[in-house]
Amino acid sequence: MSTIAPTAPAPDRTPSSPRSEDSRLKAILGRWETLILALIALVFLIGSGISSEFLTGESLTTGSSDFTEYAILALPLTLIIATGEIDLSVASVLALSSALMGYLWNQGLPMEGIIPICLVAGALCGLLNGWLVTGLGLPSLAVTIGTLALFRGLAFVILGDESVTSFPTGYTDWAFGNFAGTVVPNTIVLFLVLAAVFAVVLHRTPFGRAIFAIGANREAARFSGLRVNRIQLRLFILSGVIAALAGILLTLRNSTAAGNVGEGFELTAIAAVVLGGVSIFGGTGTIGGVLLALILLGGIQKALNLDPDISTYWVNIVFGILLIGSVLGPNLAARVREARRINSRGTRPPRPGRSAAPQSGPGGEGNSNA
Amino acid sequence: MSTPSTTTPLVALDDASRSFGAVRALQNASLALRAGEVRALMGENGAGKSTLVKILTGVDRPNSGTVLVDGEPVVFHSTADSRDAGVAVILQEPTLFPDLSVAENVVMGRHPKRSFGRVDRPAMKKTVQGLLDRLGVDLDPDRPVQGLSIADQQIVEIAKAMSFDARVLIMDEPTAALSGREVERLFGVVRALQERGAAVLFISHRLEEVYEIASVVTVMRDGEVVHDGPLSELPEDELVRRMVGRDVTQLFPKSEPKIGEVVLDVKGLSREGVFYDVDLQVRAGEIVALAGLVGAGRSEVVQAIFGVDRATEGTVTMLGNDLPLGKPTAAVAAGMALVPEDRRQQGLVMDMSIGQNATLARLGDMRSRGLLSPKRERAEAERWGERLQLKYGRLGDAVGTLSGGNQQKVVLAKWLGTEPRLLIIDEPTRGIDVGTKSEVHRIIDELAGQGLAVLMVSSELPEVLGMADRVLVMFEGRVTAELSRAEADEERIVRAATGRVSAPATQEIA
Ligand SMILES: Nc1ncnc2c1ncn2[C@@H]1O[C@H](COP(=O)(O)OP(=O)(O)OP(=O)(O)O)[C@@H](O)[C@H]1O
Ligand SMILES: [Mg+2]
Repeated sequence: MSTIAPTAPAPDRTPSSPRSEDSRLKAILGRWETLILALIALVFLIGSGISSEFLTGESLTTGSSDFTEYAILALPLTLIIATGEIDLSVASVLALSSALMGYLWNQGLPMEGIIPICLVAGALCGLLNGWLVTGLGLPSLAVTIGTLALFRGLAFVILGDESVTSFPTGYTDWAFGNFAGTVVPNTIVLFLVLAAVFAVVLHRTPFGRAIFAIGANREAARFSGLRVNRIQLRLFILSGVIAALAGILLTLRNSTAAGNVGEGFELTAIAAVVLGGVSIFGGTGTIGGVLLALILLGGIQKALNLDPDISTYWVNIVFGILLIGSVLGPNLAARVREARRINSRGTRPPRPGRSAAPQSGPGGEGNSNA
Repeated sequence: MSTPSTTTPLVALDDASRSFGAVRALQNASLALRAGEVRALMGENGAGKSTLVKILTGVDRPNSGTVLVDGEPVVFHSTADSRDAGVAVILQEPTLFPDLSVAENVVMGRHPKRSFGRVDRPAMKKTVQGLLDRLGVDLDPDRPVQGLSIADQQIVEIAKAMSFDARVLIMDEPTAALSGREVERLFGVVRALQERGAAVLFISHRLEEVYEIASVVTVMRDGEVVHDGPLSELPEDELVRRMVGRDVTQLFPKSEPKIGEVVLDVKGLSREGVFYDVDLQVRAGEIVALAGLVGAGRSEVVQAIFGVDRATEGTVTMLGNDLPLGKPTAAVAAGMALVPEDRRQQGLVMDMSIGQNATLARLGDMRSRGLLSPKRERAEAERWGERLQLKYGRLGDAVGTLSGGNQQKVVLAKWLGTEPRLLIIDEPTRGIDVGTKSEVHRIIDELAGQGLAVLMVSSELPEVLGMADRVLVMFEGRVTAELSRAEADEERIVRAATGRVSAPATQEIA
């Protein structure tokens, strides 16, 4: 195949040329995760300064299990936000699941029957969200603000103001207990298994790739033959099921079913996703980043809770600041870099013969056909 | 060099360099635009033409070097700055506001005002209508830009550049999606500007256009200016050699078609207000071209066939099976591929890497043991990259960092890789340089030889005449002529495309 064989080797094909926008992007992301890691170290340092209890096994157990539900909600939210949509109704689905659990237990159903019913109810909630978004083409922000109120309302319709506390100890002990003699709670083990599955799905399957493509350019994804609507519908259903699961866990951990549980949980979960480096506009992000952000937020919450002088409102304030910082940070960094590039012109004499050197050293990535 | 340098250039670039990481997009490039002169800027895909244009107009800033206006160094921070200096620019990719109307886009930033700063809408509409009339296009100034074809968007960009008294007009591939008539109108406007003493910079990969309009030429290779002089002293083959560094045969590599079974059968396809009652068939091994003017509805027809747009009536049959309308996934599964005209919005996901884009239409094939295999993705992307002479740094680079023509090659790679039975290409060589153009034609011809059915929308007449076994001509949403390869010639096509139907060869379409 060479009617027109190149006489010279095609330039720039050389895989040795490092540093492109993309590797720079990776460098920023790398730096982003480094930053979160540094913040985690700082929080743990401060935490152990606040109280000697902070770095004990006991504290790890309670701190992490208190964060289970946020962490679980953050997983499907990561996928939904990566497609450029949002699901604000997750905490209400969680509450609906809890209320339904209490109601059915009062009705005398066995736990083995209640749990699947709750999960199906969650799926139906997700189906409603997904249908309104993909079937009717409504914006997910508006839809899920509506269903946030709707599902919470249903939770109160089902159970009223009462709360149910008489769940079987077999289940509550498991939810409260630790994994095989370690300090790690069972619920956190369950979360870690889920996180691994989500990471593989997002980063190593066609489904996950399609999620990023949809988030980055919905139209191009459609033109590529990807089932954009079906994928989004599935994600909303998944989000509903997982939120119902979180509701079951929360109910068992506290041995309490009620319609008012988990108020505001969606905000913390979304904060973790965005702080974890998932673009709120879709198209980028990693489960790994979200995990780090969860550790950071969990650490902060635990540390602040340990000091009796610090009001719990501070947790919200700190989370809020971090969230704004996470949106602002990359923007500022990009501007500073661009300004530096332009200013650097003045310092070098713009003379012929001096080949334009790359502004920075070779990037890490290197070989394209390694 | 040999340019008469009696006058100070209106706008000039002096010794400018720009790197993106290790890629030297521009190296010590200089260029001068003088009053009354049309200068062509030539070079392969990725030679640095668009980079030069962006620096000259304030879209981007160089690492070193200066922009001069009337001999004085200036720093443009945006196209608003360059516009204030009398420089109008048409960038390679349209940059319009989709939610605003055509008229609002054209006068963007310079709305005619009434008292109290209110926008004078009637005046705005009148000005814009005048400009569109001058360009000879039938486009409603009040309609939103959203949904316009790339060619129409390019017309809007041209109108925008014409809408103020520019002393300097810079055009980066303005004609890439235009057909002969629109190009002639554009050149008419350019000549009028030139006579008034404006300076013009023109980029195109179509050589005949360059020789028609330009008098001087700057040739770039690998970011450097390698030639600067009058065009009359540079014959076509010599110009190509300077651009590409080798000889290129520009003949169309058309081999005798082996035509087989009907692959695509479209009957009575209509979309209210856009196109009506389109019947067409494409057989295995056959290349069918859809010709016509900008706005005739060709792109809209192929998008409806592929299912990204919904047709209101009609049937689409692939290899004997009816396809559901409006379902691209079904079309892909049935062996259809569409290389769309708008690569930035429809063809590629700009933020994803070259490799990921090249394999996006066949993610299922990129699996090994159920999971995506980066190795397989890389191998496939490399295979096609090599075949299409893709110029890139690393496969992991975002596809948006490629030059326009190289992006087009990635879209081609993405769809050729799916090994389709029917390949629909909307402007197959839009923005692709002379060297690769014939390679793309050769690949299409070769695949057709292996039984691929090809439906091609092209505004480039030589491409239509050189490649197609059969030509369908559209005018205002209807197919007005069907010409066999033997019957097809420039005159008949142009006549049918402008609505002067019943050329003797026009057949009744079954
Ligand atoms: N933002 C960017 N980041 C990284 N590389 C870039 C960027 N913009 C351009 N380049 C690189 O600079 C080189 C020159 O690109 P440019 O767009 O100027 O080419 P061109 O001559 O206009 O080509 P074409 O004919 O295909 O439009 C290419 O190798 C391209 O990959
Ligand atoms: Mg270009």
